[in-house]
Amino acid sequence: MSSGTVLHIDWTRCDGRGLCTELLPHRLGRDPWGYPLALDADSDPTNVPLAAADLDAARDAIRLCPMLALRLAHSTR
Amino acid sequence: MSQATMTSAVHPGSVLGPNRLFAAGQHAGHAGHVAAYGPLRVDALGTVFIERLQESGLAGRGGAGFATWRKFAAHGRDRPVVVANGAEGEPLSCKDATLLAHAPHLVIDGLLVAGAVLSAKRLVLYAGAGSLPALASALADRPDAGAVRLVEAPDTFLAGETSAVANVLAGGPPIPLDRVTASRTRPTLVQNVETLAQVALIARYGPAWFRSAGTASDPGTRLVTVSGDVPSSQVLEVAGGAAVGDVLHVAGVGSGVSAVLVGGYHGQWVRSASAPVTPGAGVLMVLGSGRCGLVATAQITAYLAAQSARQCGPCRFGLPALADAMGRLADRDPDPGLPAELASLGALVSGRGACHHPDGTVRLVASALDAFGAETLRHLAGTCVEDES
Repeated sequence: MSSGTVLHIDWTRCDGRGLCTELLPHRLGRDPWGYPLALDADSDPTNVPLAAADLDAARDAIRLCPMLALRLAHSTR
Repeated sequence: MSQATMTSAVHPGSVLGPNRLFAAGQHAGHAGHVAAYGPLRVDALGTVFIERLQESGLAGRGGAGFATWRKFAAHGRDRPVVVANGAEGEPLSCKDATLLAHAPHLVIDGLLVAGAVLSAKRLVLYAGAGSLPALASALADRPDAGAVRLVEAPDTFLAGETSAVANVLAGGPPIPLDRVTASRTRPTLVQNVETLAQVALIARYGPAWFRSAGTASDPGTRLVTVSGDVPSSQVLEVAGGAAVGDVLHVAGVGSGVSAVLVGGYHGQWVRSASAPVTPGAGVLMVLGSGRCGLVATAQITAYLAAQSARQCGPCRFGLPALADAMGRLADRDPDPGLPAELASLGALVSGRGACHHPDGTVRLVASALDAFGAETLRHLAGTCVEDES
C-alpha cells in the first residue's frame, strides 16, 4: 500500500488549521486540539505514510498549508 | 520533590570500578592533569580513530546512549562544528557540572580529539553560567585550546537537546528544531561532556583498556548522580552495568527506599535493586519509604509540561492535559477512568513533536502507573501511603 513516501509534519510550524485533514481525510483526522492526527495509529505520527493515490492531494496540502508545515519525505522506516 | 538536596555538597568519588575521570584530583589544573594522564597527541590520531571508538563500544553519556563512533562517522567528511555539551538541563543531574569543575581538561582533551579527527571547523564548549568562569581559566591554562569558544547554555530543561544547541549556535532561541530544518543547519556534532572525557581516555589508552571496566554491553565507567531522599546528593563514577542497589549502597543509602527514578525526569521508576543504572544520563532519584510515587510523578509532570518549548501543538496542549490528569490521580480524584485517560493522552502525544520531550514525559507517566499499581488503586479509593508517615 505504502509508496515509501511520507507526509512530514513540522510540528514547530503547524498551527492546526486543518486544511490537510480535509484534503487527506483517509489519512488524517484531528486531535482534541485540532492538530492533524494520523488515522493509522500504528504509523509514524510525524511522517505519515502515503499511498500513490494520496500524492496529488498531499501536494495540494503542502502547497495550501498556511503555515508551510508540510513536506514530502521518504520513509526512514 | 527533593531539589533542595541538589544544593548540598557534591563530591566526586570512585566506586564499583576504577577511578578514571577524576584521577587528577579535585579542581585539577592542566599540569596536574598531564601528570596524571600523560600527554595527548591529537594530530597523530587520524580518522582511523573512529574505528578505535567503535571497538571501545563507547555510548553517549548524555542520555540517549547512541554509539559515539556512529556520530563521529556521520561527520567524517563535512568538517562539522563540534560541541562539548555541558548544558545538563535535567534538574536531577549534576554529574556534568561536577565533571567540568574537577576534570575540565579531560573534556577539553576530548573536544580537541574530536576536532582533530574530524577536521572540525569550530570547537564549542557549551555549559551553564555557573561553569563558565572555571572553564575560561582552564582554557587559558593550556597552550592548545585557543580555538575553543565558550558559549553559555541557558538554564532550561531543553537547552541541551541536540537541535536546540544547534539553534543557539545559529543565534536562535534554546528550543528544538524540526528534524528536516535541523538537517539544513550547519553540520554540527553535539557530544555530551562526559562522552568527550571518555573519548580523551580512549585516545590515550585505547579501546581494550576502556573495556577493562564495565560489561560487554555497557563498557567503561559512567558518572551517576544520586539524589532525592538521601543524606546528601552525590556524583559517583561507577563501572558500566552497575546495579541500582549497589550504587545506592556505596552512596550510603540503605533501607528505606520505596522506589528509584532511573534516568531523570524522562526516565523510569524502578523498584528492583538489581535494575541497571541505565538507560538515561546516570540519574538515580531515591523515593524514600513513606513517600508516594504518584505525588512525586505529578510534580515532575507539571514541571515538564511547563518546560515545553510551546512550539508543537500536541506537546503544548497535551502535556498540560497529561499533567492535569496526573495531578488529579495524585490528589485522589476517585474517577476510575483516570488510568485509561492517562494512557490515551500518552498515546495521543507520543511521537508528535520536533523533539522527544513529549515522548519522555509520556514514558515517565507510563512507568509510574506501572511501578505504582497498588498506590494507584489506593488513590482511587481515597487513601495514600503518605497518610501513614
